[in-house]
Amino acid sequence: MADSAILISNLLFRWPRQPAACLDIPELAIAAGEHVFLHGPSGGGKSTLLGLLGGVAVPERGSIELLGGDITRLSDRARDRFRADHIGFIFQQFNLLPWLSALDNVLLPCTFSARRKQRTGNARETATRLLTHLDLAPASWHKPAAELSVGQQQRVAAARALIGRPEILIADEPTSALDAPRQQIFIDLLLAEAAAAGAALLFVSHDARLAAHFDRKIALCDINRAGAVEP
Amino acid sequence: MKAVLILAVKSAWARRLTLGVTLCAIALASALLFAVERVRHDARQSFTQAVSGVDLVVGARSGSVQLMLYAVFHSGAATHNIRRESYEAIATHPVVDWAVPLVLGDSHRGFPVLGTTPDYFRHFQYSDQRPLVFAAGQAFSDVFETVLGSAVAAELKLKVGDRITLTHGMAEAGPGHDDKPFSVVGVLKPTGTPVDRSVHVGLEAITAIHLDWVGGAPLPGLAIPAEFVKKFDLQPKEITALLVGLKSRAEVFRLQRHINSYRGEPLMAVMPGVALDELWQTLGMIEQTLLAMSALVVVIGLAGLLATMIASLNERRRELAILRALGASPRELFLMLTAEGLLITTLGVALGLGLLAVGTFFFAPLLQAHFGIILQWRLLSPNEWLLLAAILGTGLVASLIPGWRAWRMSLADGLTPRN
Repeated sequence: MADSAILISNLLFRWPRQPAACLDIPELAIAAGEHVFLHGPSGGGKSTLLGLLGGVAVPERGSIELLGGDITRLSDRARDRFRADHIGFIFQQFNLLPWLSALDNVLLPCTFSARRKQRTGNARETATRLLTHLDLAPASWHKPAAELSVGQQQRVAAARALIGRPEILIADEPTSALDAPRQQIFIDLLLAEAAAAGAALLFVSHDARLAAHFDRKIALCDINRAGAVEP
Repeated sequence: MKAVLILAVKSAWARRLTLGVTLCAIALASALLFAVERVRHDARQSFTQAVSGVDLVVGARSGSVQLMLYAVFHSGAATHNIRRESYEAIATHPVVDWAVPLVLGDSHRGFPVLGTTPDYFRHFQYSDQRPLVFAAGQAFSDVFETVLGSAVAAELKLKVGDRITLTHGMAEAGPGHDDKPFSVVGVLKPTGTPVDRSVHVGLEAITAIHLDWVGGAPLPGLAIPAEFVKKFDLQPKEITALLVGLKSRAEVFRLQRHINSYRGEPLMAVMPGVALDELWQTLGMIEQTLLAMSALVVVIGLAGLLATMIASLNERRRELAILRALGASPRELFLMLTAEGLLITTLGVALGLGLLAVGTFFFAPLLQAHFGIILQWRLLSPNEWLLLAAILGTGLVASLIPGWRAWRMSLADGLTPRN
């Protein structure tokens, strides 16, 4: 499947010094540009799966093909580089560097990835365009991230994940700190931006109610044969 | 790599208050260490270079350290003097090339007055066989003439042609010899030795100003005007010490033995080099202890850095995870933390050296005035480079620990910090 953004097959992962496997996933495929909602209870292996997709952990066996290449065969450094070049991450609430301005936070991926910098063109211009598009007033652009409201921080985090148009977007409980109306606004925004960028979106949450607008909903316990708990 | 280092600086700047305090501690600690090393080095220099080209220093029998203190450093007082006959006997001894008598006891505004002969300026040497050089004027040739050391002239703003009066004893407010003023006829170039702080007059002058004195006080009702002093025998009956140069250095032990067993009165002769080393040895323990203590202060400063960084690491766990998600490798995070520690250490040491320079500027005159230690404004000596390397090396080791922890943490946390 050349048009798969993410293709996991035969994956087995076990935390060190633990007898039972944490993840045992025979297959998981996400097409390019597809928006997938991954649902699972806390401690169900979601973070571990994201770590494997991000290439900060390596499975015991199986392959993780991202954009057609198996990242488990890459070196540590190459996996770090792949992550910087092709994946945009959004985490739970405090995922900005508090001592950088909103704008500098958005620009961070470009300092780590030459590819994303190059795809961005004029980085500052793109960053301000993204922030404007995400409805962040120019007055907040140069404020330290620590001074922004939680909602503003989330939008800056989204802009940071989107800059340089990475092919894969991974969001890990990005709405857990927001109230219900804002949650939906943020998800709609994220879906629209992912669609505009043509990126595959993997949205992970324990809250199944948020799944409404996604192409597909997957429950981790359905694809994971291992029942073990994350440490 | 460059991006990570820039981020390291920005991140450190965000924590500038805590790191600033740590930096100041390191700066003060290293300034202290360098100051102790510098004072130690310069004190030793001042000591061992104070006299050269003199084969024997002769005085009344006491201790060699005491003799050196008053004869060379013009500090402290002799318990006994040398009789004129003994001095003449030594000066005319066949192996003696020259003998310069010294008389101490008076002062001018806190600077010791040295009564001697014009030969002093010809024979006395310091450092590495360097002779005394006149910056202005020449040696005294008449009774009420004086030659000033460079520091005396500079601090009291005196020049050739000025007139000064002497004071009896070392106290600034002691009884005066105001009736017999001296005119300055020469000023010496700086030597970095006690010579700089001495007021030189002829032996006859010392006798002349004490003609109407008895037992350390003016004789009431007797005042001999300066014009009449030449009618008296101005050769002193006693001198304080004697500097001796030999025709051949090989004779030094023979003459030393001769003087030490001199029958006329109890005398002693010491070789200045040996005595200065001995004097230094007595201070060596204190000096080493001081150095060790200030090294310990530096270690404490760096331990403070380590503690600050490790404490901040828990708060920065999320920061490290974010950087990791953006593509930073554990190695780069290790580098980031280590660079931060090394940056603080380097800035601290640089600031410490700055403090040292400023401190030298302000305290050097004080040190020189009170302890006779000449602290020089100069670049780092090889020894100090070694200290610098040791501080930076220790700082690096201290920084590796938080770096290593960050590396471990980022491997364990992956993209989701556990706190």
